[in-house]
Amino acid sequence: MNDSEATLQKNIPLAVMPPKRPKSRVIKEKEKKNETPDEGASESAHPEHIFPLVLTSVTQELFGCRADEDVTGENPYKLLRKEDIVQDMKTRAAVSDFSPVKHIVLEYPEDELLLVFDRDFTYGQCFYLVLTVEAKDNMMKSPAQADDDEEPMKDEEEHVMEPKTPESHPWISQGSEQEIEDESLTHARPRLRYKISPLMRHCGAPVCFSDGNDGYVECSSYEDKSFSITRMERDTSIQASRDTTHSSTQTLWKYPKNMCTQYEPREFSPEEKEHHLRSENLKNFITSVAIRFERSLQQNVISDVFCDDWTVLCEDDGVPTGKTETQLKEYQSFMDLHFSREKSISHVHWHPSISGVIAVAMTERLSLEERIDNSTKLLLNPSYILFWSFTDPINPQLQLECPEDVLCFQFCPSDPNIIAGGCINGQVVLWDISAHVERLQDTRSGGDNISNNLDKDDVIPVVRYCAVSGIENGHKAPVTDIQWLPETFELSRFGIPVENSSRICVQMVTCALDCCVLFWDLRLPRAVSQSLTDVKQKSEEKPPENPHGVPNTFKHLNLTWKPFIRVSLPKIGSTGEYSPLKFSFRDNTVDYITGDKPPQDAEREEVCGFAQLRVPSAKQQKPLENISTKLYVGTEDGELVYTDWKMEKDNDSGRLFSAKPTHQFLAHHTLVNTVSRSPFFKDIILTVGSFGFAIWKEGVMSGPILMSACSKVMCTIGHWSLTRPALFFIGKKDGTIEVWDLLQNTHEPSQTQNISTASITCIRSSSSCGKHHLLAVSDRIGTLHILQIPWTLRKSSNNEKKNVRKYFEKEEERLEYFEKRQIKHEKHKKEMEAEQLKKKTEPAVPLKPDEELEAEALKEYEQFLALEKIVLKNMGLLTDTIDQSDL
Amino acid sequence: MAEVEDTLKRIQGYNGVIGSIVVNAEGIPIRTTLDNSTTVQYVGLLHQLTMKARSTIRDIDPQNDLTFLRIRSKKHEIMVAPDKEFLMIVIQSPTE
Repeated sequence: MNDSEATLQKNIPLAVMPPKRPKSRVIKEKEKKNETPDEGASESAHPEHIFPLVLTSVTQELFGCRADEDVTGENPYKLLRKEDIVQDMKTRAAVSDFSPVKHIVLEYPEDELLLVFDRDFTYGQCFYLVLTVEAKDNMMKSPAQADDDEEPMKDEEEHVMEPKTPESHPWISQGSEQEIEDESLTHARPRLRYKISPLMRHCGAPVCFSDGNDGYVECSSYEDKSFSITRMERDTSIQASRDTTHSSTQTLWKYPKNMCTQYEPREFSPEEKEHHLRSENLKNFITSVAIRFERSLQQNVISDVFCDDWTVLCEDDGVPTGKTETQLKEYQSFMDLHFSREKSISHVHWHPSISGVIAVAMTERLSLEERIDNSTKLLLNPSYILFWSFTDPINPQLQLECPEDVLCFQFCPSDPNIIAGGCINGQVVLWDISAHVERLQDTRSGGDNISNNLDKDDVIPVVRYCAVSGIENGHKAPVTDIQWLPETFELSRFGIPVENSSRICVQMVTCALDCCVLFWDLRLPRAVSQSLTDVKQKSEEKPPENPHGVPNTFKHLNLTWKPFIRVSLPKIGSTGEYSPLKFSFRDNTVDYITGDKPPQDAEREEVCGFAQLRVPSAKQQKPLENISTKLYVGTEDGELVYTDWKMEKDNDSGRLFSAKPTHQFLAHHTLVNTVSRSPFFKDIILTVGSFGFAIWKEGVMSGPILMSACSKVMCTIGHWSLTRPALFFIGKKDGTIEVWDLLQNTHEPSQTQNISTASITCIRSSSSCGKHHLLAVSDRIGTLHILQIPWTLRKSSNNEKKNVRKYFEKEEERLEYFEKRQIKHEKHKKEMEAEQLKKKTEPAVPLKPDEELEAEALKEYEQFLALEKIVLKNMGLLTDTIDQSDL
Repeated sequence: MAEVEDTLKRIQGYNGVIGSIVVNAEGIPIRTTLDNSTTVQYVGLLHQLTMKARSTIRDIDPQNDLTFLRIRSKKHEIMVAPDKEFLMIVIQSPTE
């Protein structure tokens, strides 16, 4: 706006200016004109564009140009309309005053002609008519401006040529303000303000928001063709920029060619390295830089700056209030009046998948003689494995019939419906409870079903065993321990672990007091399956005899089952064999080929029945490395034997025989009743003998890492805790349980608790019981106690595993140190003995004769004198005279 | 030469030191206690990082220069000392 105003102001002086200048021009022109008519008058000729006319008074009146009235000296111009003139000429024809100019008038292009009153008779007549348009315009222009002052004529003649400095004048509006006002934004009216607030009583009241879908009208915008507002004005800005061009190129691709680049880092050759190492620059650099490094390294060694002490301080999540008890609380106890009276429980096992179900094996509390005496009675009372469920404390859920008393049994890890057990007569038994699994699961699931079940069957289902091993081929003594091999590997005939393609557990290991460890396979060996006799037998067996409703899972094994590997345990250093009670092998469950555990569900084949499975041929199997084939065996005599189960072939006879055990340790003085690996550390083994326990580390052959003191009461069983790496339970003969915490005390248990009156026979803790952590304790009078493990005994602290590992390492180091000291000690002892011996056996030094002794003494004395002389001479104390006098 | 060796051995002997590397200005290792592939990897990455750190310091204050760079990670601490011609890297695992 300012600019336009300024421009307007600039224009103004120009606007003001011109009137003055042309005025002088006009005057000049006028003078010129005055001159020219004079010239013309003298010549009595008039310019071409002037035509003098005489107008009669009638004509004058008609056209309104009466002399001295309408037109005067000051205002001599009169515009006459051409039509009027023509009309006049027509009316008055020859008489008209305009007749001489008739044709000029007719030709005149415009509508109006200029008539000038010539007062001075410059052209000879009183009027003259301007004939041309230009002349008329000139005439019209100049007189209009001639109306102004004619006085300062002379002054202005002098000032014309000089440029005049513009003087500021007040701004005269030319109408540009309107544009500015149009552009600016002003409020047409004062702004309206509205304040909306709810009623006071609604403030703070609970609000209930709801969808407001009804009463909702949407007015969306749309393009209306009738209203098309075109933009008339637009503000844009423009910027100059360089010319841009787009261009592209394309390489010609005539034929494809494989190209590759491979890079490797630059390296120095050894000579160059040497050269650099020797350079002075490097030396200076290292010396200057080493200080900084040493400072930082030292700082790090002193303390870890970034360690947050506050978070590390709090190890536990905080003991919840109210759970301050440390004792094992009794949760439930199971005792069957019918079946478990006067029987003892030999083995307890939690069901791996169904929580709250536990299986118990009952045995008679009779010694061998008593058994023989009462054999008829025993035949009538078969022994059972009972399944208890928490929902029903009185009646067991399932009974598994056993051929004889079962001393130990295990659920198959890959299929919880298969149970394998070892009997007192050396047979190995298999059960399949898949038909009754639902019953077990139902009872667990809810209390609603209990009443239904009780109505349905009051009879507890009895499951008969599917298969028993052949008596000739199996053990000849009670089977004391049985374990399944994990599904990641299986063993070939030579005992070499090979890849298990079926990913289910098919093999198990048993040991018995007949001094051997047997390996059993659930599948039929290949050779047997292809024999004709089998085919015949199969066809004969087509009508199945199944009086007891036994599932056919292991029909192929029944009574013909025999082990495929027999590991004997000959004694080291003496004749005879070890009689194993319990054993433990390394549970290599990691698939070393892929490095991670095999997926449980995806890769497992359809369990097509063990009858269809066959032992794969030895060629197809791929041997696995990294699987340890060593066994720890605890024997009846209290020894712990370390042996390898791989079979070797005797070159002479072609028979397979097992290797001799590599190590044996006499740790306990009576039978070893537990050999158990820690669930956290795969190389730590707990063995429990009658008077104490020992902890061993696999690989440390010098002795146990920890050996407990002899306890007053005999220990019967030991069991690691599944949740705390430092905890284990020891069961005693008087029915107490000792809780040992390795991080607290190693000379005494941290806790003892009496559970029952009879001796404890088995302790098992469950890992799948939901929020309860339960410990199953069985005793000799047939009662199964379920105890709840308190918070303190089951929650491990953050660093517990690390601390326990450190403790074991320390103990190992102690053992090593002890060994070394022993060796040193022995060596030292040997040396001492050798010296003593040498002294004794060395001949006595012969006594020298006296003369010789005297001669020797004299010689020494002379030597001494010479030495004295030299010393005194050096000190400057000797003079020759004294010297000679002395002599 | 012997001094250099001594100093390097001394540094290597500190508690927890995993490895030490001496590199020239272009990033070619001169002397290392780690295996070749690890060395090359460390050198390649730390060289660039050191250059970046040094340029940062100098951008902020042109009269300043980087003397020492310590990178603390969960498992280790990496220490880098730059120089006009050489670069030295030490990796230490702090004892806990």
